[in-house]
Amino acid sequence: MKDSIDSHVTADGRTIGGVLMEMRDITLRFGGVVAIKGISFDIREGEIRAIIGPNGAGKSSMLNVISGFYHPQEGDVFFRGEKRPTMRPYEVARMGIARTFQNIALFEGMSVLDNIMTGRLTHMNSGILSQALWWGRAQKEETANREVIEKVIDFLEIQSIRKTPVGRLPYGLKKRVELGRALAAEPKLLLLDEPMAGMNVEEKEDMSRFILDVNDEFGTTIALIEHDMGVVMDLSDRVVVMDYGKKIGDGTPDEVRNNQQVIDAYLGVAHD
Amino acid sequence: MIYREAGDFSTTYEADSQTFPIKFDRYRYYLVLAIAFGVIPFLVNDYWANAVLVPFLIYAIAAIGLNILTGYCGQVSLGTGGFMAVGAYAAYKLMTAFPDVSIIIHVLLAGGITAGVGVLFGLPSLRIKGFYLAVATLAAQFFLVWLFNRVPWFYNHSASGQISAPERTVIGIPVTGPNTEAWAQYLICLVFVFACAWLARNLTRGKLGRTWMAIRDMDIAAEIIGVNPLAAKLSAFAVSSFFIGIAGALFFAVYLGAVEVGEVFGIQKSFLVLFMIIIGGLGSIFGSFAGAAFLVLLPVLLKNILVGSLGWSTDLAAHFEFVIVGAMIIAFLIMEPHGLAQLWRVAKEKLRLWPFPH
Repeated sequence: MKDSIDSHVTADGRTIGGVLMEMRDITLRFGGVVAIKGISFDIREGEIRAIIGPNGAGKSSMLNVISGFYHPQEGDVFFRGEKRPTMRPYEVARMGIARTFQNIALFEGMSVLDNIMTGRLTHMNSGILSQALWWGRAQKEETANREVIEKVIDFLEIQSIRKTPVGRLPYGLKKRVELGRALAAEPKLLLLDEPMAGMNVEEKEDMSRFILDVNDEFGTTIALIEHDMGVVMDLSDRVVVMDYGKKIGDGTPDEVRNNQQVIDAYLGVAHD
Repeated sequence: MIYREAGDFSTTYEADSQTFPIKFDRYRYYLVLAIAFGVIPFLVNDYWANAVLVPFLIYAIAAIGLNILTGYCGQVSLGTGGFMAVGAYAAYKLMTAFPDVSIIIHVLLAGGITAGVGVLFGLPSLRIKGFYLAVATLAAQFFLVWLFNRVPWFYNHSASGQISAPERTVIGIPVTGPNTEAWAQYLICLVFVFACAWLARNLTRGKLGRTWMAIRDMDIAAEIIGVNPLAAKLSAFAVSSFFIGIAGALFFAVYLGAVEVGEVFGIQKSFLVLFMIIIGGLGSIFGSFAGAAFLVLLPVLLKNILVGSLGWSTDLAAHFEFVIVGAMIIAFLIMEPHGLAQLWRVAKEKLRLWPFPH
């Protein structure tokens, strides 16, 4: 099961590698409420992994465990084969894990450019003196990173709003800028919390295309939470299904679709 | 008509990220510098220097400092007066202890010491936010003033409890003490203002500035992109206090010459500088200048109008001044909560399209 060497090539020609991240027996409690009960699953390098489940199933809590906002009472997180110690979110970010939020969490007072530039913070390390004098390393670094984010801006087709303050943008574009900020960090693992919530069909199609392109072109591993089943089944390589904090299904979209427990959770079951 | 960016293309990222990307802005900035450095020193007299220019310049530094903390990093502080006092007393102790060292170095060191004190009082900011942090910094304000009043070592055991600046020179020209000429006073402050504004601008447009603004706009999201909140907040406290310390040192050494701490660096000073950045515009270097100019010039202007033109008695005018300034601040906050800097920005945007707004 857990041989991290085997890799295979998918039908559309992408390479799925070994295990990038593994959650082992994670249990998370808030006081008396158990949000996650002993869940284990893994995320393989290069795959698109979906986490689905009805409202309140603990999907977002799971993502928050991965990104270091919550610390589970039991269980361990393994990243690239090593057990991860308890970490603050900014330390997790520095390991190469980026994410977007369910409710957009952009910096409203800054321009699109500056927002995406903040995604590069983990790649910038000039000293305060060099920055204050705007000379030498700081300036070189600024230019080099600007080149990187311009690629992200081109990729997401948001060139025309580069200098617009984020507060003025419509919802769909904000979602795109937030994805841009996460991409700018060049993450190894990208976590997307409902990237398509509140979008119309056209915007969903755009977003799906971006997600597939990110995975295909940059080889970024993606873990996403989404409610739109059509999107999930089309995009993802493997799906974890959660209900009431427990894992009730795990496998390819087809396997999950035919899993009786999953069908029960989504459609309800007669109690007799 | 003259404000145009047509034909003004940036072809490099360096050019695109400069402070004044539009040519017209850049030339106007050079013109202001040329006048400030090349013309005003020859024209300035005692009245203008003492009533208008020197306080404006020094308050501009303090406002830049507070703007970095409050406007850029979102941490409200009511300790500005106390931190200015730290700068003043540090400068005084250094000036009397090492008379041979240049005053410029003393002022910079005073800024450095204030930065250290600022970091110390900034430590609670990791746990407390908003109004509660304001109250914590208020404690700094009262504690520091009390400290400088009560510990005689700080004022070298002088009988009056005051500190007064001995005469110090820069390249042979006295800049502190009673023999200082108005133009020398003005010029030394101008040099510091120029340097501080330049440093502040560089810091705020780069990596550190983005870190601060990220913390200001949404601290959870800032953490998720790799910002260590404690480091970000403390660096804002340090840089902010550095500038405020320089302002305090200049206020004491160059402007007033003698200082009684409770009177000069009391809570009123904290509020005055806070009003400056609110009126001028939070998160804007230009706003710091505009706010300082507004609150320094307005009382002078009102006094001239009320006493000089309308012939009111001085005390009536002085009291009425408070009413007018207060009313104007309220009116201002209602009409343009983002300050003078926002007015300026809107005006520029309009001018850019004028006379064809579509």
